[in-house]
Amino acid sequence: MSKTICLPELGEGIEKATVSYWLVDEGAEIKEGEDIVEMVTDKATFNVPASSAGAIKKILLREGEVVKVGDVLAELE
Amino acid sequence: MAAKINHKKQMPVEEYRLPDEAFSRTDVRRRRTISNGVKLLDLGLIDYLDALNKQKELLCRIKSGNDTDTLILCEHNHVFTLGRRAKEENILCGIEGARKIGVDVIPVDRGGDVTYHGKGQLVAYMIFDLRKDKKDLSLFLRRLERVVLGVLNDYGIRGSLIEGRRGVWVNKKKIASIGIGVSGWVTYHGLSFNINTDLKFFSMINPCGYRDVEMVSLSEILNAYVDLVAVKAAFINNLAKVFERNVKTGGIYVKNDLFT
Repeated sequence: MSKTICLPELGEGIEKATVSYWLVDEGAEIKEGEDIVEMVTDKATFNVPASSAGAIKKILLREGEVVKVGDVLAELE
Repeated sequence: MAAKINHKKQMPVEEYRLPDEAFSRTDVRRRRTISNGVKLLDLGLIDYLDALNKQKELLCRIKSGNDTDTLILCEHNHVFTLGRRAKEENILCGIEGARKIGVDVIPVDRGGDVTYHGKGQLVAYMIFDLRKDKKDLSLFLRRLERVVLGVLNDYGIRGSLIEGRRGVWVNKKKIASIGIGVSGWVTYHGLSFNINTDLKFFSMINPCGYRDVEMVSLSEILNAYVDLVAVKAAFINNLAKVFERNVKTGGIYVKNDLFT
């Protein structure tokens, strides 16, 4: 079953963030709670944690891309 | 009403002590206080990277539930730091030019653009677990701004916030800058607050990426050298009030309603 990692709710008034850089590569095994990707908003860098353990099946968004809260960042298997 | 601080008089340490008897009858309250507590770590004058290593150490422990939220207060030797939004062109003298005059340039994993840290500037790092409070970065950033506004108020100064520009301002000049990192919903990095800072170093950069920003310090506004110990005390007190936490300073609690 394919699971996804989405950009979580970051706070009131924060609707989007920019992908800063990926901390893991496609195919990497990750643990639940491990930091996967660094996102950047105006004054905060936010490391998105993995919602569950697994391997990164596909990274959907590249560095520099702007993402909305709720958008899927990567797929896990 | 917050007590007005006379910045010319050093705050005696005794004023912050609560007698041990205050807790002896109420052990339950004490346990709640400890879990509610924020630990203070005053690192004095410390190189930027050494402080960052300390933050990361605490970050790991707090993420795994093995330590309490920590407030680090310190000053740094000269450095320009580049946040994730930083553009190199915002160091006007260039990276090599900065290093030649003894100012290191360090890219860091915090939000925001370029800023300067140096002696006379109070740097506050908050390693706070937002899982225990509210997972809301806007709220956290607003609270940091309110802490600085509270300190300014204690010195009889009206600070302000500018819509769309993070940080704290006095008469449209910037006195405090903010840039944080978050990992596992635990915050790190924090803010820098110009007290007796030598502001000329800011003229070598576009602070926070803005070309039109003028910086100011508390000593410039008050036209006097400001006692950093007193500012730290005011900062701790205001942080305790804004975050509704008790701050543990070296085994002595500063209760958050001590000055109300």
